[in-house]
Amino acid sequence: MLSIKNLHVKLEDEDKQILKGVNLEVEAGKVHAIMGPNGSGKSTLSYVLSGKGGYEVTDGTAKLEGVDLLDMEPEERAAAGLFLAFQYPVEIPGVGNMTFLRTAVNAQRKARGEEEMSASEFLKVVRAKAKDLQIDAEMLKRPVNMGFSGGEKKRNEILQMAMLEPKMCILDETDSGLDVDAMKLVADGVNALRSEGRGFLVITHYQRLLDHIKPDVVHIMSDGRIIKSGGPELALDVEHNGYADIKAEVA
Amino acid sequence: MAEAVQKPNPTEEMIATLEMPSAGWSVAARQNALTRLRATGLPQRRDEYWKYTRPDTLIQPVAEPAAVFENDEAQLFDDVDRLKIVFVDGTFDADASDDLALDGITIDRLEQTDADLHWARDLYGTLEQNGQTPVARPLAALNTAFASDGVLIHVTSTPSKPVSIIYRHASTTSDAILHHFVKVDSGAELTLLENGPAAARLNKVMEIDVADDAAFHHVRAQGRDHERRAATHIFARLGARSLFKSFTVTVNGVMTRNDCIIELTGDDASAHVAGACVGDGAFHHDDTVFVTHDAVNCESRQVFKKVLRNGATGVFQGKILVKAGAQKTDGYQISQSLLLDEDSQFLAKPELEIYADDVACSHGSTSGAIDEEALFYLRARGVSKNEATDLLTLSFLAEAVEEIAQESLRDQINGRLASWLGRRSD
Repeated sequence: MLSIKNLHVKLEDEDKQILKGVNLEVEAGKVHAIMGPNGSGKSTLSYVLSGKGGYEVTDGTAKLEGVDLLDMEPEERAAAGLFLAFQYPVEIPGVGNMTFLRTAVNAQRKARGEEEMSASEFLKVVRAKAKDLQIDAEMLKRPVNMGFSGGEKKRNEILQMAMLEPKMCILDETDSGLDVDAMKLVADGVNALRSEGRGFLVITHYQRLLDHIKPDVVHIMSDGRIIKSGGPELALDVEHNGYADIKAEVA
Repeated sequence: MAEAVQKPNPTEEMIATLEMPSAGWSVAARQNALTRLRATGLPQRRDEYWKYTRPDTLIQPVAEPAAVFENDEAQLFDDVDRLKIVFVDGTFDADASDDLALDGITIDRLEQTDADLHWARDLYGTLEQNGQTPVARPLAALNTAFASDGVLIHVTSTPSKPVSIIYRHASTTSDAILHHFVKVDSGAELTLLENGPAAARLNKVMEIDVADDAAFHHVRAQGRDHERRAATHIFARLGARSLFKSFTVTVNGVMTRNDCIIELTGDDASAHVAGACVGDGAFHHDDTVFVTHDAVNCESRQVFKKVLRNGATGVFQGKILVKAGAQKTDGYQISQSLLLDEDSQFLAKPELEIYADDVACSHGSTSGAIDEEALFYLRARGVSKNEATDLLTLSFLAEAVEEIAQESLRDQINGRLASWLGRRSD
């Protein structure tokens, strides 16, 4: 599904290398988790994959179902099936959440040569999916993420994911700023989307999110590289012993 | 001894080209205005409130020609049930207008000078004159003196539909001076719509007297002709517990100067004035607002948003004056520009002058580019760069558009703004 090979990335405006040769294969139907200390390059990886400006790829490739992602505009990557759940969802005053969702759904459909969703069909679908995430009509009406609590913002991300039905979902520290109940709600939303045709890359600091979204593979990232990969037990290992031991062991 | 060279006097040169009606109920007021105009002279670049806007093309005796903008889009407000009053190049068009009759209001034309005991006799020009201090507004005095026509609307109770003044532009050299007076009686309510480019050059004054417990809603769309010029003034006086709402959208026009002078004279009154403008290229747009609080517990709001691209210029000069004794005043003022490129500029002069000690007044002014974080967020969801930019631009303008009370009118204005955004010159 997602194939990253030898990815090197530096900041565009600074001579600072962030990713120093990332290799990663996420298969359809699988959940991969990336853990790592602050500054290891986890979020950069998610931004580079989704096409945010400010980064320069100096080497390597990233492909989604064999198609080169790095040459595409962000909107083309989205239409190709890539989705990033933001660590800090952006507030957009003046744009209704519903308008935003519908614009996004139809823009992607159009880009894929599919028919746009009618207003009534859209409303039906969005209401059903919002209900599962305990997003009420008021939240749908409000401007995008405006006045939303941390948990509401993250639920709104998952609602977008559910509406857009991407092939490859990247969750960037979706657990940050969530209490236990909110995390469970978000995790349930993600788990409901797990399917054979869909890959997940879950980026997190902490093991606790992975109690709820059970990963198939766990990677440890440090200093711009994946230094260790393993099963779910690797996350528990980090939780108990921290990153220092693993770093020492690899070095 | 050589004779001193007579310097040309732009005020007299302008006056020489104009004609004042010699009879009728408005003559005294017109003469008074002419005297006042001669005392101040037409605006000059050195005048404090003309620093950012060159008055040249607005005061030259002959207007610069302006091409008529052809487009096949539906006219704004076309599907609104309304009473239509049509002016073409400043001349009333009876055939295109509806009968000037509607329950709850009387409508007369300024040009009809025969009715000597007209209700407007004691009012015409008075709010304009009142609005000349502390800042002189010579183009408004010129208007009162020489206006060729206009409508006098007396609202005695709330009519069933809005009154809509449509300004068509047909001649490339037209130079129109129109003056309206609206008097809203106690407890009555009027919605007034205005749209269209009017003329190659338009000088327009609207005086609005809103009595106690009355309400006045104003939604205006200035014409899209690229080369048109306009200097407009609104003078409003608000009675106790009254509501005044005025919203203007400006799309194109090489020169627009909109003055809005509001005086809150009755307790517990509210005045909301807002503008959304989108300008491209040789576009100069100036909003100059002066709100005077002269009563207790009044609220005023100024919300102005400008989107500028390809070298367009936006100006905002906004003042809140709170007189001694105008306690519990709640004044708010915001002016913001969204600069879509580095060639465009926004000049703002917010002012507060407060002589009461128990008031809440705030003002703010910002200039900025498109929010790159928001743009990326939208694009990451599959929205194209252009569409995302448009969505964010509309969202930037939303706070001003939200000032329109009626949702259906808001939708029309948003539609007009979206269509402008869609017309990319690049």
